[in-house]
Amino acid sequence: MATTVQPQTGTKPAASLSNEEILRYSRHLIMPEVGMEGQLKLKNAKVLLIGTGGLGAPLGLYLAAAGVGKLGLVDFDVVDFTNLQRQVTFGTSDVGKPKSEAARARLANLNPDIQIQSFETQLTSANALELFKDFDVIVDGTDNFPTRYLVNDACILLGKPNVYGSIFRFEGQATVFGMPDGPCYRCLYPEPPPPGLVPSCAEGGVLGVLPGIVGSIQAMETIKLILGRGENLVGRLLLFDALGMKFRELKLRKNPNCPVCGTHPTITKLIDYYEFCGVRGEEAPGPTVQVPEITPRELKARLDRGDDLFILDVREPHEYQICNLKGHLLPLGELTRRVHELDSSREIVAHCRSGKRSAEAVDFLRKAGFRKILNLKGGILAWSDEVDPTVPKY
Amino acid sequence: MPVKVMIPSPLRPYAGKRDSAEFSARTVGEALGHLTTEFGELRKHLFTEDGKLRSFVNVYVNDEDIRYLAKENTPTKDGDTISIIPSIAGGIPSIADAMRSKFCHSERSAESALGFVSDNRIGS
Repeated sequence: MATTVQPQTGTKPAASLSNEEILRYSRHLIMPEVGMEGQLKLKNAKVLLIGTGGLGAPLGLYLAAAGVGKLGLVDFDVVDFTNLQRQVTFGTSDVGKPKSEAARARLANLNPDIQIQSFETQLTSANALELFKDFDVIVDGTDNFPTRYLVNDACILLGKPNVYGSIFRFEGQATVFGMPDGPCYRCLYPEPPPPGLVPSCAEGGVLGVLPGIVGSIQAMETIKLILGRGENLVGRLLLFDALGMKFRELKLRKNPNCPVCGTHPTITKLIDYYEFCGVRGEEAPGPTVQVPEITPRELKARLDRGDDLFILDVREPHEYQICNLKGHLLPLGELTRRVHELDSSREIVAHCRSGKRSAEAVDFLRKAGFRKILNLKGGILAWSDEVDPTVPKY
Repeated sequence: MPVKVMIPSPLRPYAGKRDSAEFSARTVGEALGHLTTEFGELRKHLFTEDGKLRSFVNVYVNDEDIRYLAKENTPTKDGDTISIIPSIAGGIPSIADAMRSKFCHSERSAESALGFVSDNRIGS
């Protein structure tokens, strides 16, 4: 069953398209499933994108191109050089600019006929309801549990659909939460995994096309909700496996005992989502373990002097291939098992990419009885900055 | 024909990098028991210390959530597919962060290697 989203009242809905708009949207207008009626629905629709990153990129581009009349863009981050591999809204010249503003400029260039509002702010329990209230559909393109639960709860409290998408390495999930008879995110997952047990992440990273595909699915669902056409993903969790190139779907049910959308809700206002997810303080980079350090310049001087130092690289083999200091490779995760490979009588300098993992390694080895061990402060990144700029940073 | 258990990519590092495994089992609980016997490290990701399925791990038989069937007692028949669907936030952790959390898992085994605890099952 198709479900239509009721546009927010307030401003008078547009009742016609200009000749230029008719030309721009002609490939929509000649489809009976969209037509003039559908295009006017799009023009009168207001969609809020939470996050303008990997998922937000195709979302913003396709929704702007399709003629969604008002787009809100919420992001507090700035464009980083490493974002360009997948966040296709941004160009190289956008690096360093606020994402919400860079995305707004790009989308305004794509479609000057629509209204685009950027919100350079972090979505919080204090501002979510106020931000959401003027929009018809909320699209969740975030990357962390606290914001996902916040978006879900705010959508339920305001009765707004939540077009959900998430990715992990080669796999994606998408569905539509928050429709009157459909389930919400908490029906599926009443609570997040505790931080220590997040099924992580033996390797980071994501194939750049994956958020493109999942974000495009979210854009399609958003447009279908606005048009009231087709079968949307309410009550279905779409699973996408990019490596196997397989789509599967699972049934989602509304949980009558759901704490937020059930028959007797216990959550009736927004809560502290960082506390709920047990990640308070984790957002800020935690204090690195205090261990004896050596600066890159000191290390360079000692190596030049011919000191007998054993360089221990605790990164992963695929990182070693990117760049290395010709150290002995022993990944942090294997350290406990392979500690016997190390000679505690020799002076050891441990390093990683930024100095965090090697600090953990030094801490561990000191507890294991190693006395002559130092951490390379700032890791390979600092070595590249201070000693050898030919070493690439990643 | 046995039942097939699909292992999602976040859990594959704890399952010998396998994406699925097949077992003869009459119930979901039996199949997951076989799975966590074969891959011991998976146990703490799927079950609490008192043996209950963790609340952030959803298990499906074919396309049905076992919470709305008979939970772990849900019967399985040959050819069924059991899917484990953990919640994913969709973040793109840096390699460094990922490795940090990986080390957190092995930290306790580090203690066991150093003789602080005798049981070397991680997190147990």
